[in-house]
Formats: sequence, C-alpha cells, structure tokens
Amino acid sequence: MAMDEAGGGGATTKKFLYVNRKAPYGTIYALESLEVVLIGAAFEQDVSLAFIDDGVYQIIKGQKTDGIGAKNFSPTYNALGDYEVTKLYVEAESLAERGLSVDDLMPITFEDEDDDYAEKPSIQVVNRAEMADIMSGQDVILSF
Amino acid sequence: MATLHTINKSPFERSTLVSCLNHTSEGDKILLIEDGVIGVRKGSAFAELVKSAQSNCALYVLAPDMEARGIAQGDLVDGVTPVDYSGFVDLVAECDRTQSWL
Repeated sequence: MAMDEAGGGGATTKKFLYVNRKAPYGTIYALESLEVVLIGAAFEQDVSLAFIDDGVYQIIKGQKTDGIGAKNFSPTYNALGDYEVTKLYVEAESLAERGLSVDDLMPITFEDEDDDYAEKPSIQVVNRAEMADIMSGQDVILSF
Repeated sequence: MATLHTINKSPFERSTLVSCLNHTSEGDKILLIEDGVIGVRKGSAFAELVKSAQSNCALYVLAPDMEARGIAQGDLVDGVTPVDYSGFVDLVAECDRTQSWL
C-alpha cells in the first residue's frame, strides 16, 4: 500500500461536500456536521458546504439559545474561513420556501490570501439546478 | 373538552403539522416546540395553512425554541402567540388532555 494515500507531498486532493439538511438544536446533526467539517479541515481537502432544506436555519442570524439550555454554536461558522473552508452554498429555493432571504443569514466571510487578504463572503446563494451540479462535481459527499 | 396538541418536528421534514391540523376539534390549542417552530414563520410555505387553522384552534409557539432558531416575534404568522415554559405548563393545565405529534 502506497504511503502517500495517508498524506504527505504526494497525497491527492479530493472534493468533499458536506450536505446540511436539518435545523439546528432540534437534532444533533447540525452540530455534528460542523465538528466533522472542522476535524476534516486538517486533511487539506477541497471542502464545500451545502445548506438545503431546513439546513438553511443553521446559519440564520440572531440565534439566541439561553432559553433552551443549549450552546449557541452559530458563531463557529465564522471560524470556517480560518480553516480554508470558504465555499458555503445556500439554496435559494430552500430559503424562499421558508420565508427567508439571504439578508436573514449571518454574514460569514473569509480572508482571501491570494488577494491581499481581502475579506470576501463565504456564502454563495445558488439555485436548485446549480446545487445539483455542485453535488455531481464532488468526489465525496457526506450527509447530515 | 379541549386538547393541547404539541408538534416538535419541522413541517418541511415530517407531516406531523399537516396531520395534526387534519385531526383537531373546535377550541383545541396547538403548541409548536423544538423544530416545529419553523412552521410558523411568516412567508413560509406553511404560513397560509397556519393562518387558516386559526379559524377553529388557537396557535402557540414556545419562545425559547423560536429564539434559538433566529425567529423573532415579528417573524410569526399573525395570530400565533409566543409562550414561555410556564405558559407551556398553563396550556397543559387548561386542556383536558395533551396529544404529542411525534
């Protein structure tokens, strides 16, 4: 078995997509996904996140969890840029069905090291057909 | 002889909201909790259904669950009343039975 499979100079970069379909707090999926993304970031792969269906609620603005005794993990999405996770695709139809718009989402950004560390938005709103194309262009898809 | 119905799943993921609304009686109360709160956001695909349900039932939403999901009072479908945990207890006490739609 070749050693370079496990890392090092010869390792192949694969395209990973994490598909988020659940609202936060009601189930553990949203938090678990975020944890796996952060752990996976150490492997220097080409990572994208998709937010479809109720998953769009994971990155909604103004989450206040004092009343439910759960940790508000939404600020952690702002740290993704530091782990070079800079592609957060949000499906337009999923927002619209829920009475939401992009203005209801947190302004998640990253610093582009190839562009003098200019601050750029990580969130890209795409339509359903574009999301299908993004999915079909991946090597690995992990669903939450 | 009112029933309190509680719904804890998103209507986009499960059919519990729709099924519950199909089985209510005049004067029943419906409380949306946990991910169920997603159904009472203004402008959502379920907003009209929630509005029309209020012709024979009173609708409530658990405020702490709503706030955790970034939904403010102004985002609610008109007529839906936010309650806190003690309000939840009051609803249980006021009604003759509680039916949890899981």
